[in-house]
Amino acid sequence: MSLTHLNSLQASIFSSLAIVSLLLTFVMLGSHWLRNYVYAFAVQSWLIAALSAAVGYFSGYPELYVIAALTALFRGLVLPYLLMRIVDRLHVKREIHAVLQPSSGLVVGAFLVMFAFVIANHMTRQTTSAAHVVVLALTIMLSMKFIGFLMLSVRDEAVSQILGLLVLENGIFLGSQILVPGMPLLIEIVILFDLLIVVACFGILVRYLVVHAGTTSSRQLNRLVG
Amino acid sequence: MAQHLLFVLFLAPLAAIVLSLILRHSRVAEYATVAAAIIDLAVSVPLVMQTLSGPVIFWHSYIRVDTLGTWVALCISIVYALSSIYAVGYMRILDEEERLPLFYALFSGFAFTMLAACVMNNVGVFWIAIELTTLISTFLVGFEREAESTEAAWKYIIVVSGGITLALLGTVLFYWGGSFVLGPRYAMTWAALHRSASRVYQPLLLMSFLLALVGYGTKAGLAPMHTWLPDAHSESPAPVSAMLSGALLNASMLGIARFLSVVSGTSVSRFAHTAMVVFGIFSFVLAALFIVRQSGIKRLMAYSSVEHIGVQALGLGFGGVLGVAGAFYHMLNHSLNKSLMFFGAGNAMRAYGTKEIPGIRHVLKTFPVSGTLWLLGAVGIAGAPPFALFLSEFTILRAGIAGPYRWAAVLFVVFLIVVFVGFLAHFRAMYFDEASEEQLPQVRRLPWVVWRTLPMWLAFLPILVLGLWWPHGLWDVFLKISVAMAGGGQ
Repeated sequence: MSLTHLNSLQASIFSSLAIVSLLLTFVMLGSHWLRNYVYAFAVQSWLIAALSAAVGYFSGYPELYVIAALTALFRGLVLPYLLMRIVDRLHVKREIHAVLQPSSGLVVGAFLVMFAFVIANHMTRQTTSAAHVVVLALTIMLSMKFIGFLMLSVRDEAVSQILGLLVLENGIFLGSQILVPGMPLLIEIVILFDLLIVVACFGILVRYLVVHAGTTSSRQLNRLVG
Repeated sequence: MAQHLLFVLFLAPLAAIVLSLILRHSRVAEYATVAAAIIDLAVSVPLVMQTLSGPVIFWHSYIRVDTLGTWVALCISIVYALSSIYAVGYMRILDEEERLPLFYALFSGFAFTMLAACVMNNVGVFWIAIELTTLISTFLVGFEREAESTEAAWKYIIVVSGGITLALLGTVLFYWGGSFVLGPRYAMTWAALHRSASRVYQPLLLMSFLLALVGYGTKAGLAPMHTWLPDAHSESPAPVSAMLSGALLNASMLGIARFLSVVSGTSVSRFAHTAMVVFGIFSFVLAALFIVRQSGIKRLMAYSSVEHIGVQALGLGFGGVLGVAGAFYHMLNHSLNKSLMFFGAGNAMRAYGTKEIPGIRHVLKTFPVSGTLWLLGAVGIAGAPPFALFLSEFTILRAGIAGPYRWAAVLFVVFLIVVFVGFLAHFRAMYFDEASEEQLPQVRRLPWVVWRTLPMWLAFLPILVLGLWWPHGLWDVFLKISVAMAGGGQ
């Protein structure tokens, strides 16, 4: 397990990439302009690609270069492009009805990160040489999970909900680069393609929503009640 | 031999998809789909028997043909066959002639992904197969393109994709836990996870299991993650509702069962079973209460699906040979019976032009034959003898009383009575209530009755037979599954 033998330079590179990714999630949480979400997501994806490359370089997993390139291409370019097209087509520039104001959203997000840290700290007790990077990766993985669900639940616009889902996925992807770099290559590649299909499907559905339901805000999608 | 059968199993729906998309001819598409579905059904029976001598693993251990997976595949093929026959009679009355080839291509694609999930040996690829079922079925749910069905499709994809990422997180954490035991690189198979499970830090193992349970539980419709289910089931075309309820829920249940077998034999196994029992009984009770107060006919069926998924979770949670046998027998019976119920609901909905139960009256006058089948099916799905669901529920109940979860067994009995009364009260109203003159609905006479009644017979007869006689061969299958679930034969 190479992660326990990181020197301090490598550890700080991994940590800073991961932490900045988490900060970008807060950018999404603290803004209500749809374009900002997409930009933040794009930058976050590039950081994750850089992280994959860094893990591949320092820990000796050359196949991670492939993942890094594909992440940068799909998550960093294609997905933001598709999302921007959806945003442009919708003529909705921002979240209008905020259940949670951006400022209070940031506070809730901060609490979620603390909660994630408590869990991560507990889960890594078994490793005697628990590198700080491992705790950090687990914390960020879980916090992005929580914040993604928070965004799904307090945002109304269809695009925000898609981005909420993508944040959930980014969290897992980021964490797994550090925790399980040896995860079979095939799975990671297929998950990347899967994401592309997901967003394409969302794009088609959003168009249907506009045409057949007349709205893309979940606030007005209330004919069905579960 | 198993390879060849498997090859046919996947080639048939694939051929149907290609034919539908290339020829773009509605009649060709529907007959190709029916043919593919019947071939799949014919193949999946010998496939189950092949696995009785032990699991077959091939293709760099990406494919695993075992009794558990093929049994679920059999249930899926049955629903695929029944609902593709029904679809011929149902989809023609929707006036969507030019979009029918697309419908059948998606329909077979949906079946293909579910069947694929059954034989996946790699935990990550299994997750992807389940995710693909969501993406394809979303468009089937929204096929009618009305405001409600589009909304249902949207909610379905958001809730289920969000939920299923929890299962992915659980999978990654399982793999991470295993990497402390098996080294940083190993094949991500069910067997490998099981091998390492007992030596993984147990709280981590428990958290991974719970994440996987909640993730696949969202897809399986366990309460409280079931919120997408009534909307999607009630807004999609009737054959799709049958596929969602009778086949998709089983495929997700397979994921839960596999993870349950991964943690079996470890110290969290007991807790995992308790979690299953709690989710099961909660789904069951909640669905029972909603069944009593329901006014939409297809929503009634949808909540009944939540109820029966709860029963299956209870069976797996109670565990032991009886619990596991009951759960998987219940899976088969539920697939048959719920298809029958959705077919009847589709007939009634189209003939009366409403989804509301108060608008449906004097069903027997409108449908003398299929109405009788629907009523008998309702008696069956409410859990009364001599139909098959009674036997499987009774078996699960025996497992519950014998085991440590007697409180759950007691609740189970009480709410079975609630379901029985609540469900049949709606049917009494639809069949025997007097409707006042102005209330009396306008009934449309619809063509292609035979296509819609034949699958109801085909579903009903096995329910009756399996209710009277539990074939001995099935015991061998269930014994095999329960040994595998207990961690043997991995």
